[in-house]
Amino acid sequence: MLNRRNFLKYSLAGAAGLAVPAGIKASTGSAPAEPKKGDTRWVFLVDSTKCVGCGLCVKACKNENEIQYDLNVSRTWVERYVVTKDGKVHADSPKAARDGFTTQEIDQGHHGKDIVKPGDITKAFFVPKLCNHCENPACVQVCPVGATYQTKDGVVLVDRTWCIGCGYCIMACPYGVRFFHPVYHTAEKCTFCVHRLHAGLKPACVEVCPFGARKIGNRLDPNDPVTRTILDDKVQVLKEEFGTKPQVYYLGLSMEVK
Amino acid sequence: MKNHVLRPLIVAIGIVLLILAFRAVYVPKDFGSYERGYTYSWHRKGDQDFWNKFTIKYRGKEYCKDCHPDKYDKINKTPHKIIICENCHGPAVDHPSEQHPKLVIDKSREQCYRCHVKLPYPDTVRGKIKGFLDPEKHNPGIECVTCHNPHDPKLGGA
Repeated sequence: MLNRRNFLKYSLAGAAGLAVPAGIKASTGSAPAEPKKGDTRWVFLVDSTKCVGCGLCVKACKNENEIQYDLNVSRTWVERYVVTKDGKVHADSPKAARDGFTTQEIDQGHHGKDIVKPGDITKAFFVPKLCNHCENPACVQVCPVGATYQTKDGVVLVDRTWCIGCGYCIMACPYGVRFFHPVYHTAEKCTFCVHRLHAGLKPACVEVCPFGARKIGNRLDPNDPVTRTILDDKVQVLKEEFGTKPQVYYLGLSMEVK
Repeated sequence: MKNHVLRPLIVAIGIVLLILAFRAVYVPKDFGSYERGYTYSWHRKGDQDFWNKFTIKYRGKEYCKDCHPDKYDKINKTPHKIIICENCHGPAVDHPSEQHPKLVIDKSREQCYRCHVKLPYPDTVRGKIKGFLDPEKHNPGIECVTCHNPHDPKLGGA
């Protein structure tokens, strides 16, 4: 029977017992896992205000990663947005902007071309796009065979020997960055050029960009200039509401960009 | 247990064992869940090596410096210094080698059009680059490099 005397006795003992683990924790000082030295989490920074739409990044990406140059598939692309006085948004990315933007006509595919008078333009800008290498990649979750995965440093890759080509990941990606490789018939996507990163080089698109619109950095290094920009400046990500936590950050993004 | 229950049960168990045996043989040993757990890292570890060993093609500007110091120094004094050599000369890969003794230079007009077709976009870097609104009216059919030296755009022919 629990009387008042015993209740107080047990409560006291219980409270003392609870205090023990707290004491142990305090003595060993096990703070939340600090990133170890040398740890890496690759992140990308796109400065939309610097992009001129030359498309050299797309050309380099295709060459570097052996993506068929003349087929209409690409791991990265550049979009052009032209907003006119009537509030209309004209957007295009002909051939993923492999040859850059060399005309004022806006390519609307089989709908023809939009002709925009220079006087009607209120704003215009270019937005490079690539795989966001999300913290919570939806494309990886849906793979039924374990052919796509995230590495320790945050890069999302596809195992070409293991992919069965079901296309679930292509449908799951909110950013539309995945496609079927025309030769291997497996899911294909940007790798952040991991082979270059491991050799101490920047991704091909970053290396060739003449205007510094594309940058790569290590989010776990607080002194990394890209990390500093992400922490200190006003950056945006694409489709934040999907909860995928994309790791390609944008400077100077406009609301028309989807 | 009665015979008519036992026999299909044995068959069912046999099929399961067969599938497990096939799985043990077929699935590589390094298949498992790694750093990001089952949800994000359920994969064949060996595939990471495949991607890490992919051939590097673009070497960057500094790769060219030692053998072509004249061109390197020349372009660095011009506004074109921001363009790396391989953007026009093509990826170096392992140049100079047996496979890549000479690089193929992209001298096309289209290569210059990437930046030098004037697009009337206010407040963009593109709008400020010198260029032509209609480049086909300016000496059509001949390469830009006939008159303009890309290594020193202020000077004449390449």
